[in-house]
Amino acid sequence: MSRQMGDSHRRFLQTMMANGIVDEQGAKTLYQRCCEIHNTQYAPDKLDEFIDILNSRLQPLFMQIRKGMSEENGQQYYALVNMAETDVTRMSSDYADNELELFQKTMDLIVSSENGKACSTDILNSADTLTTKKLKKSETEHLLQRLVHDKWLTEKRGEYTLSTRCIIEMEPYIRTMYQDQVKVCHICHNFAFQCQICENPACSIKIHNPCVARYFKGRSEPRCPACDDFWPHEIPEVRRPHSHSRK
Amino acid sequence: MAQRRRQSAPQNQSQAAAQEEDDDLTFTQPSTSQVQRGLEKVTNAQVDQKTAEVVQYVLVKDQKKIPIRRADLVKHVVKEYRNIYPEIIKRAVRTFDQVFGLSLVEIDTKNHIYILVNKLDKEEGASQFNNPTNPKIGLLFVILSVIFMKGGVVRENLIWNTLKKLRVDPGEKHEEFGDVKKVVTDEFVRQRYLEYARIPHTEPAEYEFRWGQRADMEVSKAKILEFMGQLHEQEPQSWSQQYREAHSSSAQTGTSSSQR
Ligand SMILES: [Zn+2]
Ligand SMILES: [Zn+2]
Repeated sequence: MSRQMGDSHRRFLQTMMANGIVDEQGAKTLYQRCCEIHNTQYAPDKLDEFIDILNSRLQPLFMQIRKGMSEENGQQYYALVNMAETDVTRMSSDYADNELELFQKTMDLIVSSENGKACSTDILNSADTLTTKKLKKSETEHLLQRLVHDKWLTEKRGEYTLSTRCIIEMEPYIRTMYQDQVKVCHICHNFAFQCQICENPACSIKIHNPCVARYFKGRSEPRCPACDDFWPHEIPEVRRPHSHSRK
Repeated sequence: MAQRRRQSAPQNQSQAAAQEEDDDLTFTQPSTSQVQRGLEKVTNAQVDQKTAEVVQYVLVKDQKKIPIRRADLVKHVVKEYRNIYPEIIKRAVRTFDQVFGLSLVEIDTKNHIYILVNKLDKEEGASQFNNPTNPKIGLLFVILSVIFMKGGVVRENLIWNTLKKLRVDPGEKHEEFGDVKKVVTDEFVRQRYLEYARIPHTEPAEYEFRWGQRADMEVSKAKILEFMGQLHEQEPQSWSQQYREAHSSSAQTGTSSSQR
């Protein structure tokens, strides 16, 4: 396979720029389509090599296509990320100062929570404590909608979580800002926000729900992989990939 | 989207605005020898860094389809490197070409306004128009089709009536688009997809639509005909005038500068 950057790479990148994030299956399909359109050799198992070529050209521009897992369904996603800035000020062309402050407070809530979620009431309450400029209730609600629309947050039944894109793109920021608070998943070693926690207080390791599903699949009695205590949580089903891929 | 402006907005605004405005107006392209001298004072890595910032800035603007003014680029990004501006732009153009398959086109040579245009073949499913994931693009495609089929210029009423038939009423707040009239006459116009101008000597004022410069460069007329053909179950050739226009050489090259 050619190591040269070609139009198939450029087309792939353009689509990534338009979408921001795609799931693994979407990336594979796109890769195939790009190769077909430009009559370049297509090797189904060479997606990561294909992306490496792009990344070698993106690196001097402080951009990268990075892979990460969705905490929701355990699938791999590819996101185009900007590494020029490593904090939320990078969002500043889209959001005002007080909006960014609210986003930061939402992240605080999510990171300090047990289950990686923040409910809308708590977020609305924190809007009263903004130091920059207060946000009205309706403004906060509208802002939350925008943050979901722009794929920074995910919302389900009034509860907000960090989106896959946000976790992939903000990784360095989260690492610096919350280094003491944020834990990684015992299984996959990525940040763990939405997860299960070992109830042994001396252990209290975290495991993502999809990682729990995969790890305990087929084991008769679930035990913590770190302390061997009984794992008291409900073991979710392993989701079949792409059966119902979420955007 | 991933790219965002390096410089945060509040910082820019807080800078002494008046002085900056003056700088803008007086910015002239430095001469080749000035650039040569300027380059001797900086490292290659510094020029690359600046180029990366310019690329990011342009990509962010392009994301929202906002045309880029050279004056803004100099003021917000190039700054103290203005004496080597031509070199930085040269490298940025090369990067857009080689990495992104985009070309930076000056659509207004008097006011120095640029847009990014897709260089990948637009007939081949490259452009977002062939695969509209964004519903606004679908809306725009319909409007551009109507204008093209009606010979290049239409009164606004015709557009509004067409949209109403598609259950997009410009008088009502639309679930997906919000204020439809604003999207069409403001957003699409700012993005240079459409031109919206008053018809001379009309009282009360009446307006008409034409294709904007970005549409000329990004949208394939052959694709529109194909789409109309499918819609009406007709051969594209049956619209002979449009067919000729769509397949004339200037329409095919696409990324060449505007023909108007
Ligand atoms: Zn995990
Ligand atoms: Zn344990």
